[in-house]
Amino acid sequence: MIKAILIFNNHGKPRLSKFYEHYSEDTEQQIIRETFHLVSKRDENVCNFLEGGMLIGGSENKLIYRHYATLYFVFCVDSSESELGILDLIQVFVETLDKCFENVCELDLIFHVDKVHNILAEMVMGGMVLETNMNEIITQVDAQNKMEKSEVRL
Amino acid sequence: MALKIVKGSIDRMFDKNLQDLVRGIRNHKEDEAKYISTCIDEIKQELKQDNIAVKSNAVCKLTYLQMLGYDVSWAAFNIVEVMSSSKFTYKRIGYLAASQCFHESTDVIMLTTNQIRKDLSSPNQYDTGVALTGLSCFVTPDLARDLANDIMTLMSHTKPYIRKKAVLIMYKVFLKYPESLRPAFPRMKEKLEDPDPGVQSAAVNVICELARRNPKNYLSLAPLFFKLMTSSTNNWVLIKIIKLFGALTPLEPRLGKKLIEPLTNLIHSTSAMSLLYECVNTVIAVLISLSSGMPNHSASIQLCVQKLRILIEDSDQNLKYLGLLAMSKILKTHPKSVQSHKDLILQCLDDKDESIRLRALDLLYGMVSKKNLMEIVKKLMLHVDKAEGTTYRDELLTKIIDICSQSNYQYITNFEWYISILVELTRLEGTRHGHLIASQMLDVAIRVKAIRAFAVAQMATLLDNAHLLTGNTQHSGICEVLYAAAWICGEFSEHLEDPMATLEAMLRPKVATLPGHIQAVYVQNAAKLFSTVLCGQEGAPADSKVAQETSQLLIDRLPVFVQSDNLEVQERASCILQLVKYIQKLQQKDVEVAEEVTALFAGELNPVAPKAQKKVPVPEGLDLDAWINEPPSGSESEDEGRKTKGKAVFAREESRHTKPRYTEVDEKELAMRREVRKAEQANNPFYIKASPSSQKVYQEAVGVEHIPVVQIDLSVPLKVPGMPMSDQYVKLEEERREKNKADRKKKDKKKRREKGRQRRGDSGPESEEDITPAHMVDIVTEEMPENALPSDDDDKDPNDPHKALNIDLDKPLADSEKKLPVRTHRPDEVLKSPIEDAEGLEVTSEPKKKSGKEKDKERKKGKEKKKKKHKQEEGEDLMEAGSEEPVQSKVTNDVAAQPPASTPEASDLDFWLSNAPVPSDPQEAAAVTDAPPASTPDAASGVAAVVPDSEPEETKSSKHKKKKQKKEKDKKKKHHHHHHSDGAREESVQNGTVEDEEPLPPMSNYAMLAENSYIKMMKQDADEVCDIQGNLHDGSQVVVSVIFENKCDSFIKSMEFNVMDSLNSKLQRPEGAGPHDSLTVPFHLPPGISSEARFIFSVQSIVMPQKLKGTLTFIVKTEDSSTHEKLDFKLHFTCTSYLITTPCYSDAYAKLLESGDLKGSSLKLEGINQPFHHLLARICFHHHFSVVERIDSCASMYSRSIQGHHVCLLVKTADQTVSIDAKCDEPGLLRNVLDEIKLTFSQC
Repeated sequence: MIKAILIFNNHGKPRLSKFYEHYSEDTEQQIIRETFHLVSKRDENVCNFLEGGMLIGGSENKLIYRHYATLYFVFCVDSSESELGILDLIQVFVETLDKCFENVCELDLIFHVDKVHNILAEMVMGGMVLETNMNEIITQVDAQNKMEKSEVRL
Repeated sequence: MALKIVKGSIDRMFDKNLQDLVRGIRNHKEDEAKYISTCIDEIKQELKQDNIAVKSNAVCKLTYLQMLGYDVSWAAFNIVEVMSSSKFTYKRIGYLAASQCFHESTDVIMLTTNQIRKDLSSPNQYDTGVALTGLSCFVTPDLARDLANDIMTLMSHTKPYIRKKAVLIMYKVFLKYPESLRPAFPRMKEKLEDPDPGVQSAAVNVICELARRNPKNYLSLAPLFFKLMTSSTNNWVLIKIIKLFGALTPLEPRLGKKLIEPLTNLIHSTSAMSLLYECVNTVIAVLISLSSGMPNHSASIQLCVQKLRILIEDSDQNLKYLGLLAMSKILKTHPKSVQSHKDLILQCLDDKDESIRLRALDLLYGMVSKKNLMEIVKKLMLHVDKAEGTTYRDELLTKIIDICSQSNYQYITNFEWYISILVELTRLEGTRHGHLIASQMLDVAIRVKAIRAFAVAQMATLLDNAHLLTGNTQHSGICEVLYAAAWICGEFSEHLEDPMATLEAMLRPKVATLPGHIQAVYVQNAAKLFSTVLCGQEGAPADSKVAQETSQLLIDRLPVFVQSDNLEVQERASCILQLVKYIQKLQQKDVEVAEEVTALFAGELNPVAPKAQKKVPVPEGLDLDAWINEPPSGSESEDEGRKTKGKAVFAREESRHTKPRYTEVDEKELAMRREVRKAEQANNPFYIKASPSSQKVYQEAVGVEHIPVVQIDLSVPLKVPGMPMSDQYVKLEEERREKNKADRKKKDKKKRREKGRQRRGDSGPESEEDITPAHMVDIVTEEMPENALPSDDDDKDPNDPHKALNIDLDKPLADSEKKLPVRTHRPDEVLKSPIEDAEGLEVTSEPKKKSGKEKDKERKKGKEKKKKKHKQEEGEDLMEAGSEEPVQSKVTNDVAAQPPASTPEASDLDFWLSNAPVPSDPQEAAAVTDAPPASTPDAASGVAAVVPDSEPEETKSSKHKKKKQKKEKDKKKKHHHHHHSDGAREESVQNGTVEDEEPLPPMSNYAMLAENSYIKMMKQDADEVCDIQGNLHDGSQVVVSVIFENKCDSFIKSMEFNVMDSLNSKLQRPEGAGPHDSLTVPFHLPPGISSEARFIFSVQSIVMPQKLKGTLTFIVKTEDSSTHEKLDFKLHFTCTSYLITTPCYSDAYAKLLESGDLKGSSLKLEGINQPFHHLLARICFHHHFSVVERIDSCASMYSRSIQGHHVCLLVKTADQTVSIDAKCDEPGLLRNVLDEIKLTFSQC
């Protein structure tokens, strides 16, 4: 299970937070801060896994992250997920964002967090991986956006 | 109106959208909070407008603010409004907001049920999709229960997009509503072979997640997964399956054997690192499971270790990390194979990456030996000094302690060294593990007797320097060690060089700033020290002055503690203070007191294992349930007599029944028991006897053979200037070993003898045995009670939600179980979707039976009943019997193509596993496996096989599931097929979670209503009081839910449900409809699909049961034709259906009975041989009662009618006789309810 998906920038500003278990808003912010603290102090060329998040789930869970330019993509997962698999998934996520936003950059995420959520919803649902095929994800996202546009026209 | 809309849209133009909000926040960096609060005010205004576009824009902004940490739960209702917009755009915004901020305690969630249901059945797949996605985040037990059926239907949706989401969300539904697991599981299993890879992957995902927590229930799926593993090319699916096998192999070693080959092949062939890694992991799991029996897998281990070494040596840090992670799994069972890579692992300790160092630390645990322990710990201590984050440092600290203390300090050769390490660790600032260090100190000092003198000296120094530890009280986790230090100094004070100085150190005023529990230990141990000082001084009478000074010191210093706000400190301090004052008085009279004071603390404490108390077995002959005194006598007849007197009858009886049944004990037996107990006590080290020779007792009890031999190496100087303490030991140890080696060369025979005494010469690799410990140490084992029960299941988390999902899935579903029970119904929904028909549902349900005999009986009974009731059906029965044979063969073929895991699971699996060569086509194997008839009849027997009369081609089309079940039944009882349809086909709920006494037979509220070759109807009635107040006084409603199942292979549509109203009961029809109009069932049924509809009836009098006649008409549409069909049924409203389960507290209950408004009645049932809790559960379940109180074989129960009548029951059981005394303010109702209860039990 994926427990949480966080995106924040190099300064720890949240760009997306998706928790698949309920936490209060304060705890969520603490988790983001703690995760940022843990992740940001790591060098570029160390491994992408780390343990030791106190707030989210304890020892069962692991943080798996990737750092792209100004953004950290962090997945908090338990032992049923394959570590390398999740790394691939992050890659798929970022590539999908890249396709949907055409050369994605932090600003896209800042101003269109709802769209990012919609894309994510096609990949992960309730903490479980729903789809890993990028083309399929993009097809569904596009179809929904098209529907939205047709409604606006009405 | 129009103006308003125009105004709304103009407003909208000026509203900020999300982008504006974000931009605004970015432009107000200095006063962000202020800016956001104005934005929230604006949003509140927007939410007040009617325009849904404005509202959804506001909600969209709130979702963003939620991410920034603002609580937006106040807008929950607005979110629900936006969710229910008909436009996808807004709906999506609403659901997103809901998924971000709704949770189980959000109360508006209950308003969403119908909206979600509507969205789930929307013709637009994205409406459904968005609802499923949202639901997956905020599903509650109520939602799960109410929507489980709808979601299950979606699992067979035509669009794979919906299917995969529905499959995935079922996991969440299972978690929240475990009862749905069994009914839904067959369909979930089917989805493993869905043509769409996404759906398949989702199903694998869900089953893997389930199986991870309760693997044994999924063992029977192994052949199916094996097939998937050998055929799938999707790495995601493969990884999940391989992980799943990792969880299954420990349960079934034969499975492991089967897996090794294909996994090894994958390891050699795959290029995907993720897959390779998971394969290695599972091979490891297999090897672990085989390690006991099969030694000849060293090749596989070698392969794994080799591959892992490659990973660890890889420059990719991720692979290095994973390699170490997997290595640690091998370590547990094959330490030798890992130890050969020690170089590599030690190297990783120096890695710049903390994650990798942590993993390497884990491995170190298995790397240490007597030889290298000191060296490794020295290295770790260096890391401790260098470590930056406290987390890593704490991790190091625990690791050091783990490594040293593992297997009872197996690798420690020099405990002085270890104590110094512990003391050094206390210098760590801000560690959380003070108590860990403290407990180690205590443990070592208590168990290693030889070290006490040294330990006491060290602890005295610690106490003296306490200010260094507590200097900064914020980081005072470490001050816990003072607890240990004080205790050790006090308890073993005879080893102190200068007890007076230590005493002084312990009574410094600063101590009063320590946490209370530590102060308490200080005070108590100060008293112990005091006694030691007295002892030491009084030998020389000249020094009596010193003794008196000591007393004075205590008298001066203790008052600080007497004023402590900690109760324990205060109490101990004042006690000891008074004692010392008294002693001082005696001293002034020159009385010798030392001996008596010492007597206060005489004796030694033994270490007791942490679990010892729990493991004390109940002594033989001790019956904890037995009476100690004779209970007051009372007889059944008295009860009967009293009952009629009304008032407080139950209350009095209850008190009688409060007492558990007692066993009669005569004098002789008592005497015998006393003897036994004495013997028991004599052997029990925990029993405090008059003469406390604890030491002796302890040795007898534990049977430690050797007596401690203390040889402290006096050549070790205690301090080497300029060097940290523990280092000096390393050096000395090296020297010592050198010396020993030299000595050994001289063939010193003495050494050998000593070696013989060494307890654990066998362990450790290499030349472990060559290292003689510096101290011959007797490590005292922790005490455990004699014949302690060996069980280690104490560490399961009772709160794990997965516990409820530990459900046997192999047991075939009863027909009745195929539908999900739906318990609550909302009348408003019913109005919208009226439908239905029903027939003599005469008993709410009939429980399934487990044993074959009973089953047969039941079946006979059922048949008889049926004969009486539906004589016309008898002909059909015969025809069915005739058509059986061909059906059976057909079905068997069919199943061969199905997953083999379907039926006689155990034997299938055995066969599959014993089938040594991997079958090229698992299907074939499966087909073969199905052949041997299973031996035991099973629980599904109550199921009526649904064989349509005279039309064999329809059988083919009946639901797959059903076929499987039927086939199974056919196989098992070829000789007696019976079809009885009424009571037995209820919906079952796996009730395993209710009580742990004995599993309850499944029960269900669904009863067969009517059935023909096309359609089957089952009904459940439930009462629903929409608004309790209103309904209590005027209108009463009963909701009837009916499940329609299409049994033929044609499409069924235009179903219309009608019931002839009686004077008392009326079907509620939409406004404007005539009293005889039928209601349209709001769905169509594709073949094999079932769905549920609900109808509301208004009822005037609830005193009498009612039967209503009804008809269902529908159109059966085949490819080229369509026919009108009709099905009659009778709807039976029992009085029970007017009762609502209402909890009641016992005091309120007693009051109610005392009030005297209730009239009584009673009922006796003979020959009931089911356990009492089953009986209660049955009454609760079928008759909507709740248990108020249960004492032994007597229980009081309560229920309330929809019109507010109270119904109270007192149920007692003795020797298969159950007597029920009942009270109710409406005698007619009561009589009927009792009759119905009687009927329920007469049918089981």
